[in-house]
Amino acid sequence: MIIENSSTILSVEGLRASINGTEILKGIDLTVKSGEIHAIMGLNGSGKSTLAKVLAGHSAYEVTAGAVQFEGKNLLELPPEERARAGLFLAFQYPIEIPGVANTQFLRLAYNTVQAQRGKEELDPLEFDDFVREKMKLLEMRPDFLDRSVNEGFSGGEKKRNEILQMALLEPKLSILDETDSGLDIDALKIVANGVNRITNKDNATILVTHYQRLLDYIVPDFVHVMQAGRIVMTGGKELALELETRGYDWITANKQQVAGVTA
Amino acid sequence: MSEVTGTGYLECLLESWRAKPAEALSWLDQLRAQAIDRVSTQKLPTKRDEEWRFTDISPLTTLPYRPSQPDANLRIQDIQHLFLDEVKSRLVFVDGYYSPQLSVIVNPALVMGNLPALLSTHATALESHLGQYARFDQNVFTAMSTAFLRDAAVIIAPKNTVITDPIHVLFIATQHEVTSYPRCLVIGETGSQITLIEDYVALQQAAYVTNAVTEISLAGNARAQHIRIQRESSQAFHFANCVAALAHASHYQSVSIAQGSKISRYNLDVRLTDEAAECMIDGLTLISDRQLADTHTCIDHSKPNGTSHQQHKCIADDTAHAVFNGKIIVRPHAQHTNSSQSSRNLLLSKTAQVDTKPQLEIFADDVKCAHGATVGQLDAEEIFYLRSRGLSEKSARNLLTYAFGAEIINRIPVTSLRQQLAQAVLDQTQSN
Repeated sequence: MIIENSSTILSVEGLRASINGTEILKGIDLTVKSGEIHAIMGLNGSGKSTLAKVLAGHSAYEVTAGAVQFEGKNLLELPPEERARAGLFLAFQYPIEIPGVANTQFLRLAYNTVQAQRGKEELDPLEFDDFVREKMKLLEMRPDFLDRSVNEGFSGGEKKRNEILQMALLEPKLSILDETDSGLDIDALKIVANGVNRITNKDNATILVTHYQRLLDYIVPDFVHVMQAGRIVMTGGKELALELETRGYDWITANKQQVAGVTA
Repeated sequence: MSEVTGTGYLECLLESWRAKPAEALSWLDQLRAQAIDRVSTQKLPTKRDEEWRFTDISPLTTLPYRPSQPDANLRIQDIQHLFLDEVKSRLVFVDGYYSPQLSVIVNPALVMGNLPALLSTHATALESHLGQYARFDQNVFTAMSTAFLRDAAVIIAPKNTVITDPIHVLFIATQHEVTSYPRCLVIGETGSQITLIEDYVALQQAAYVTNAVTEISLAGNARAQHIRIQRESSQAFHFANCVAALAHASHYQSVSIAQGSKISRYNLDVRLTDEAAECMIDGLTLISDRQLADTHTCIDHSKPNGTSHQQHKCIADDTAHAVFNGKIIVRPHAQHTNSSQSSRNLLLSKTAQVDTKPQLEIFADDVKCAHGATVGQLDAEEIFYLRSRGLSEKSARNLLTYAFGAEIINRIPVTSLRQQLAQAVLDQTQSN
């Protein structure tokens, strides 16, 4: 939701980043305020997943120019864990499997680490168990999810649900969902979207990184940004996603000057 | 004896053997005599031997390491910290010698105890199994163990006896600069079921040699869970040979953890001698500093419809060196064998080393055999994933290292032991 005079959570200015000497992000400007849901769309290779990883602090990318403020802090100075503790969350496109660690053990460790950092009370295994089971209902997850190793042998849908469960537990200020819709059938997509919708509120914000419009039927964005070759080339409302769906990304290439001029 | 070769270590041990008094039983004396004969015709292996090419045991020859002597001074409070909650029956050997006052035998359904005490009552069973699986013609360590055979943990599970509580066989090292000969014989009769914990520990950081031999015989439909923990002193030498012979539809599960010793070598031979036998063979090597741990396994399928699943993992830190050689033989008649092997290795430092070698020898045509080996460092994406959830880089690394080992440790069916070992992994990884 767009709220008048709401506070700025994320402000990105002229962000450039490269990997192994190849520049991927070529000057990104983006402002996200509390309560808002932004969608970043674009073809494969447009740099949208890179933007997500750079914001989360992935060390493979080198930031070469620009500034990022997160809740008034210089985000680029912080290691990934401090970004997470400050309230930034990245739902991975390909969540990592960790055989040997029970999901509940991992979730509690992450939860307590972040809680401790925020000066809040940590939960013991029993307390945490009650708490996490409540959150799991949001995502229609079976209880055996907790005892299995982290993401090991999970289906694509289960992995994505596990990501959103972590989002629900960590209560971030800003969630970045990187291709959370990829590999989901329609039922799983609805469950995941429903979970996200119940977590978003006027005090937090969400960035959805996606290739397809489909997810945006279920999580309705306030802003849609289109990325191409490392830049945001167009910004509009939710109707821009529908436009893209019918006309395709080629239409952007032909019209970006003009349409960008209209929305700017 | 004219063929005695080279090393002072063997000569010295042979000298002490001559001083041993003869026992009354002729078959046992014969066995020892055959073994001593074999010791005298073999040499200590060197890196020139294919089976030992990664493992240099020459430091063994720098000290005499005479045979250990019986020492009855150990009290129960000295070793209480090694006891496990789930265990009711325990056999304790100190420097290879049986300690009746530290042992507890409560289960009347089982035959268990020290070899000399069972020689008269169970002569037939002992004669037909002892020394019959661990061959000593090609293995100088087994030959020495058999030559010095005196005390041994003997466990016989009678027909259709199901024992749920685990049996703890504790081999405790207390003496400096000695060689001890821990020995185990497990006979699982038809339809029996037992869990054995074979545990090698040291009470102090001393240099000594352990030369252990374990023989396990499972009759038709018998089941055994065999947990082996090697947590010797970090200055010790540990050489061990274990042979498990599996009869029709028997089931053998082995989890072995190698954590201690300066230089260790564990040979595990599993022989599926009859149809439909099954084994699960898992191992974890967890070493650091300048430790060397070498595991050689051989799973030999000789009859149809056998199953073997093996996973071996090594975690090596500092300048440690881990070796895994996993041979799987599927003989011509062993059709419909289902076998898998995985060797996964984690290097925690740039100077740590792992040598892993899967070795498949398949002579049957209708079989399913899968194998794979990986050597790597902690994955940067995995570390990033955990850091993005708020964990520090250090705790992310610790958790991933722990997880790597925990996958094997979690297969140990004894909760308190599992917790002890998980803690040991945590303690070791915390130092990074």
